[in-house]
Amino acid sequence: MKLKIEFSGGLELLFGNQKEYAVDVPCSEQQLTVGKLLPWTRDQLLKDRPELFMKGDSVRPGILVLINDCDWELSGTLDAELQEGDKVLFISTLHGG
Amino acid sequence: MADVEQLRHENALLREELAKLRAQLATNARKADPGSAPAAAAAAAAAAALPSTHDNSSNGCAAQTVCSTCPIQADAASLQQQSEGAAAEQATASSSSNAHQALHGLSKAQVERYSRQLLLPSFGIAAQGRVCSSSVLIVGCGGLGSPAALYLAAAGVRKLGLVDHDVVELSNMHRQVSHSEQRLGMHKAASTAAAVAALNSSVAVDTHLQGLTPSNAVGIISQYDVVIDASDNAPTRYLINDACVACGVPLVSAAAVGTDGQLTVYNAGGNGPCYRCLFPECPAAANCSRCADAGVLGPVPGVMGVLQAVEAIKLVGGVGQPLAGKLLLYDALAGRFSSIKLRGKAPGCAACGEGGMTREGVAAFDYAAFTGGQTANDGPPVPLAVLPAKQRLTAAQAAQLLQAAAADGTAREDDLPQQQQQQQQQQRNEGAKALVLLDVRPPEQFAVMSLPGAVSVPYLQLEQRLPEVLALCGASSAAAQQHDAAAAAGSISNGTSNSSSSQRVVVLCRRGNHSQLAVQRLRQAGVPAVDVVGGYEAWAAEVDSAMPVL
Repeated sequence: MKLKIEFSGGLELLFGNQKEYAVDVPCSEQQLTVGKLLPWTRDQLLKDRPELFMKGDSVRPGILVLINDCDWELSGTLDAELQEGDKVLFISTLHGG
Repeated sequence: MADVEQLRHENALLREELAKLRAQLATNARKADPGSAPAAAAAAAAAAALPSTHDNSSNGCAAQTVCSTCPIQADAASLQQQSEGAAAEQATASSSSNAHQALHGLSKAQVERYSRQLLLPSFGIAAQGRVCSSSVLIVGCGGLGSPAALYLAAAGVRKLGLVDHDVVELSNMHRQVSHSEQRLGMHKAASTAAAVAALNSSVAVDTHLQGLTPSNAVGIISQYDVVIDASDNAPTRYLINDACVACGVPLVSAAAVGTDGQLTVYNAGGNGPCYRCLFPECPAAANCSRCADAGVLGPVPGVMGVLQAVEAIKLVGGVGQPLAGKLLLYDALAGRFSSIKLRGKAPGCAACGEGGMTREGVAAFDYAAFTGGQTANDGPPVPLAVLPAKQRLTAAQAAQLLQAAAADGTAREDDLPQQQQQQQQQQRNEGAKALVLLDVRPPEQFAVMSLPGAVSVPYLQLEQRLPEVLALCGASSAAAQQHDAAAAAGSISNGTSNSSSSQRVVVLCRRGNHSQLAVQRLRQAGVPAVDVVGGYEAWAAEVDSAMPVL
């Protein structure tokens, strides 16, 4: 499934300092949940400090997941179904001021 | 002539007004922090920051919307008896402006000062009137709080509360634009108060120099219409959120690090989430970069702080739609703003959910424990203590060692991996002391300055580049071990102590934390490295005061 994966708020530093990735994620019968995408993203795209991206099956506290610019809480978090062409954005919350 | 007379007259009145404001500011500062020397200095400087001569005819009414306490009008009434000509005009103007004020509550000076906002169809006199009677609290007088305070003062809010416990430092100046070189070392809240007073003397300012704490948060926040979170650390962000929820005060929250900014409004009616709905569990410190480590492009917090002022003015003015339930992202490098839709309130939220945070609950909550021991001051990380003292050098000891090595011509000036040079060096050093100085700071810091001969291996790359590093250190450590063995056998001592003989790989970082972890890793790999307590900061303090400190 072809997806756009983006990182923001400093999270891109874990991913080779690259904010946008166009990826083709292997899946069966065009079925892919965010829960499946997370470990794939960690294993395929992450370059540094994997402990700062995931905790258990989900993302670390402080990371927001947006599917097509909507909070993943609105579409079922880990069970949210992705579709061809979707954009998944991972944002690390910032504290600096 | 009549114009000149009147200007002179106004001048005299405004001087009086300024003198009163200075006195009031000094009193405020004393109240805010009795007996504190910085507060007294702040008051003096704040008073000095007020314009000494009147050069702006709109710098007028100090009492905002309440005519009976307006010093200008009171003075005008008493002066009227002394002078017939110009004073009669003044009295006419005063009474007629009173008549106008009755319609909308703004004085002539206020109408003229805010005229460009009054002309706005989407804003106008009613919204300006509400702004002029509003109060806004700004927590944090740094990169976000500076522009937010300036714009809110310029917009004419009645009262600004300024909270910060920190003092102005040189490294703040590129983004914290409410401070000035003259005010380096002053409390930030007092420094921002001086900037506000210079910009719009009609704004009442309350400074809170102790910062926001669980015990004072509710008492302070409940006095304001809107709160701006311009803080820089997790415990304070949770504290502000909880106190705003408990007091029912809307919260304009922003953050900026590097070249990214984020902005949203919490607690502004509707089903929008609060900070705890979004982040029920506190992110680990390592998950949030700090400006002091990751850096920040000056205008980025500026943009976000100005946007906070916009949202606060919308809220107190009662215009537009607050940016609630959405998160605005600013990517400075891409030149892009984007807005994302956030979840609604979390039903079980510990702050805004049913049976959530109360005013008493805020004071009793342990924010340090909740945030895993993060401090509320965004200061440098707590010094680690993972190495035993004998595996560490003071900066002065390291300097001696380096000097001795330089005298032997053994300090390396080449970057790794230049194996050939390394072999030559090894041959040259046969039997002599070899010294490897490993600098484990990020490349950006290394690029600013480093000790002569230091080899850059950023800590985060250490694992990946370990073979390379071991090759560089291996020869030296082998030599050191030989030397150790020889020394232990008592055959040579040659003026070098046992400890220095095993200190041939010296690891250095900014503050002496990563260097300890690096030494730990190198020792696991068989290299008897040592580090420098306090890193480059200690070096600058103890050995070379000319070295710039990042």
